[in-house]
Amino acid sequence: MKYIVAFLRFWWDFIVGDDWRVALGLALALGLTWLLARNDVSAWWLLPLAVGLLLAESVQREARSSTSN
Amino acid sequence: MSSNVLLFLTTFVASAVEAVEALTIVLAVGVVRGWRSTLIGVGAASVVLAAIVAVLGPALRLIPIDSLRFVVGALLLAFGLQWLRKAILRASGYKPLHDEGAAFARERDEAGAAAPTASKRLDWYSFTVAFKGVLLEGLEVTFIVVTFGSTQGRLGLAAAAGAAAVVVVVAVGLVVRGPLERVPENTLKFVVGVLLTSFGIFWGGEGAGVDWPGSDVSILGLIAFLGLLSIGLTRLLRQRRIAPSPAVARA
Repeated sequence: MKYIVAFLRFWWDFIVGDDWRVALGLALALGLTWLLARNDVSAWWLLPLAVGLLLAESVQREARSSTSN
Repeated sequence: MSSNVLLFLTTFVASAVEAVEALTIVLAVGVVRGWRSTLIGVGAASVVLAAIVAVLGPALRLIPIDSLRFVVGALLLAFGLQWLRKAILRASGYKPLHDEGAAFARERDEAGAAAPTASKRLDWYSFTVAFKGVLLEGLEVTFIVVTFGSTQGRLGLAAAAGAAAVVVVVAVGLVVRGPLERVPENTLKFVVGVLLTSFGIFWGGEGAGVDWPGSDVSILGLIAFLGLLSIGLTRLLRQRRIAPSPAVARA
């Protein structure tokens, strides 16, 4: 049981880490990219744009919360 | 004769591009998080790769490489973005910088005091990132060799070109490893965050079925985009941190 918990915790830290919103945003962006590409829509721009927006939002939110504390 | 030279050069260059991608990941993780677990990851991936090649042989082309790229890309993207986020917060002063001198002294003291088993513990993060990078790129090199070699009926020549490319790239890695280790740790972590995230976007997108403009060259564009964005965000946050809030300014 201890090893299963440790295994699950490792993958949670690896994928989700400190900000679950970023992980959720990435999952949605990857899913949408897959959907567009399968329908022959040029979708190369979507992932870089999504990653840029998620990163900017996440660091600014963290900065605001550490300033208010 | 000339078609053999062309086959060798084409396979060599295509394999070298994939091997450089794997080398970038291995160097980045090894220099920042330590070599032991990273090299164990490389060794484990090489064993798995050799087993896959031995069992499947030319049937390798049946492996759903796009699905593998999608999974590896998505995992690398999630991990790399966390790394980059922390690096930006550190560089802008919202998280304490890793004091390398103090950390070295602490680790040296701890290593001296620790039981031998503690220092042998595997760093699963380094292992996993190195393992996935080498396995994916190793499979891609193998696909290139099998595809180019079997279409021309010269599998042996293509395999020699692929092997030569890997040997050359590994030799380059051994040469650049030393200078890389002298780069300040916090700077290196920032760069590694940009690299892991860029490769994650590239592989994740490719696995999802995206056609990148310029193919593998677009990785350079992604690195430039993320690098500039990260520097911009760091400067913005630094300025906000230094500038007094309106309430403080009025007081």
